Amino acid sequence: MTDTYQKTATVTKAPVFSMAQVAPWVIAVIFLMVLPIAFGSNSAITIMNQMMITIVFALSYNMLLGQGGMLSFGHAVYMGVGGFFCMHLMNIVEANELPIPLPVLPIFGGLFGLGLATIVGSFSTRKAGTVFAMISLGIGELIAACSVIIVAFFGGEEGMPGDRTYFLPFFGTEFLRQIEVYYLIAFWTVLSALLMYLFSRTPVGRMANAVRDNPERAEFLGYSARWVRFFSFCGAGFFAGIAGGLFAINYEILTETNLSTTQSGIILLITFLGGVGFFFGPILGAIAFTLLQSVLSLQSEIWQLYLGALFLATVMFFPGGLAGVLMMHVPAARMGRLGWLVGPYLRTILPALIGIAGLAALMELLFHVRHSATGDTDMTLFWVTFDSHSILPWIVAIVATVGGIWLARQGAPKLRETWHRANTPGAAKTTGGAA
Amino acid sequence: MTVPALQLEGLRKSFGKTEIIRGVDLSIGRSERHAIIGPNGAGKSTLFNLITGRFPQTSGKVRLHGHDLAGMAPFEINRRGLSRSFQITNIFSNMTVFENVRCSLLWSQGYKYSFWNMVSRSRELTEGAMEILEQINLTSRAQLPAGVLSYAEQRALEIGITIAGGADVIMLDEPTAGMSHSETDYIVELIRKVTENKTLIMVEHDMGVVFGLADYISVLVYGEIIATGRPEEVRANPKVQEAYLGAALEAEH
Repeated sequence: MTDTYQKTATVTKAPVFSMAQVAPWVIAVIFLMVLPIAFGSNSAITIMNQMMITIVFALSYNMLLGQGGMLSFGHAVYMGVGGFFCMHLMNIVEANELPIPLPVLPIFGGLFGLGLATIVGSFSTRKAGTVFAMISLGIGELIAACSVIIVAFFGGEEGMPGDRTYFLPFFGTEFLRQIEVYYLIAFWTVLSALLMYLFSRTPVGRMANAVRDNPERAEFLGYSARWVRFFSFCGAGFFAGIAGGLFAINYEILTETNLSTTQSGIILLITFLGGVGFFFGPILGAIAFTLLQSVLSLQSEIWQLYLGALFLATVMFFPGGLAGVLMMHVPAARMGRLGWLVGPYLRTILPALIGIAGLAALMELLFHVRHSATGDTDMTLFWVTFDSHSILPWIVAIVATVGGIWLARQGAPKLRETWHRANTPGAAKTTGGAA
Repeated sequence: MTVPALQLEGLRKSFGKTEIIRGVDLSIGRSERHAIIGPNGAGKSTLFNLITGRFPQTSGKVRLHGHDLAGMAPFEINRRGLSRSFQITNIFSNMTVFENVRCSLLWSQGYKYSFWNMVSRSRELTEGAMEILEQINLTSRAQLPAGVLSYAEQRALEIGITIAGGADVIMLDEPTAGMSHSETDYIVELIRKVTENKTLIMVEHDMGVVFGLADYISVLVYGEIIATGRPEEVRANPKVQEAYLGAALEAEH
């Protein structure tokens, strides 16, 4: 996913897509095909379906935030209306027995999202920055409020249910089983991701970056910053609508929560967590978030606290997100020096993890003592059951917290030093010692 | 008589009650190198901003190749063949040097807002961008983020972006500001090379650059042009001597 200008020698031939560009996509396709074989349980497939829908949604959001520099607080609206529209189509197909196969449904969600984005974008993309963010918030609230007013379309408080199995069988598949839905979603995920990636390589996609960095300069290159933003906005609306269509197929119901600003906030969080600076960032964010959500929420009642802390830590310490952290290692990896970092990393990150686990244990203890029913003093944490009102677990948690953080701080200078050397060409592995 | 490349008629601009540009008439012929000089606060940059549509004028006309530019946005003016650089370096600092130049070629090569072309597959774009990089001596820097270039290199890149679109009227706002002597010589040579057969309008403080490069000079003082002519005529003009040039030339020596 790096840029494709290589050497003058290769330019003289007609530039086609190189192996390095095609390989990640081939790997992704193979990976998605074999994933259900490795994790075949229904709950695993449910999580993976949710993950893929979130990937499409997050990538579409990054067309705005990362590629176009537009901070939107109302992106859930485009996914939501796309989904609601697909729900209606599902019901129309069911009532009239129309000969439409289910797999084409998301495209209609996309077109509906595109339609709404065209209308909203026509006035919201005139300015970037605060003005755009405020309009997006306003439109988000407006349409979320419509969900209880326009009951015919949004189904009021009960939402809009449907049934995906009434469609014409698609090559004998009726999408009764989760695994069939998985492959349908996987197909659309890869296709959408590929199209969004290609979009970022087109003239309007490149100019979206230019307008993000410096709208004034872009204007003096013959491009209207406003129209460049508009096209990105429409594209983002289209792919959000596709995500909505996939959501409709997977869950067979859409409710007002799908349109809410909470949902818009979550997709901002996911995209930022994954990293806005790289195309694959939102993919990482969607995977990490869905895993955290589905695993943590089973383990802890206060999992949203941890999510909030993680988001805060990302914004403050790793503004490049997960993708940024990964890509930070590329220069060292190119010089074959990643091995240098393993030791210092272990010595810093292991204690840090213990410290964080200790801190989390303290939070859980506090929560249990304050909120459990009277007389219920047993709690299970990290596979151990104990009495939350006795002193011992508190001492263990405090020691783990303080000790872990102290050890991590001891290891940090060494890590910083090794990091610096690993990224300095020609530097030796250790000070003084010959390489 | 041929139509001048750029013509200003009674151009005025007020900010509130303060009149910054107080009636400028100026005609700049094709393929002419024209420098606008004047003391600080004379309104040189404002004049640039009026011509390029960054601000609307209060009254008067700007004509590019005979077409009135009134009410046009910067991007429309640019499409009519006028390109400018900025006093403060104005590049896409997060993108690579190559990408900066390639972006500036997109419109002129007719790509417009297309989302069905891959920029990396166009040989014209890649070769065109490399050619510009060659001209501004930044070929070896092609893959670096523009933000990490040295100041002089960033100024060179800015000139590269400005000329890349193939505009025939080039406006440079203090291209050598803040540069050392050797850097200035380098940029002057660069400007001379890339504006061959084009109309150049520049604001510049360095009198060495002005007298070395310009075919014509206009002196702007308090929003009015007090003299226009060949360098030697302007130098000899007593009004100019009194208002500005005497002091400026003395400062040079």
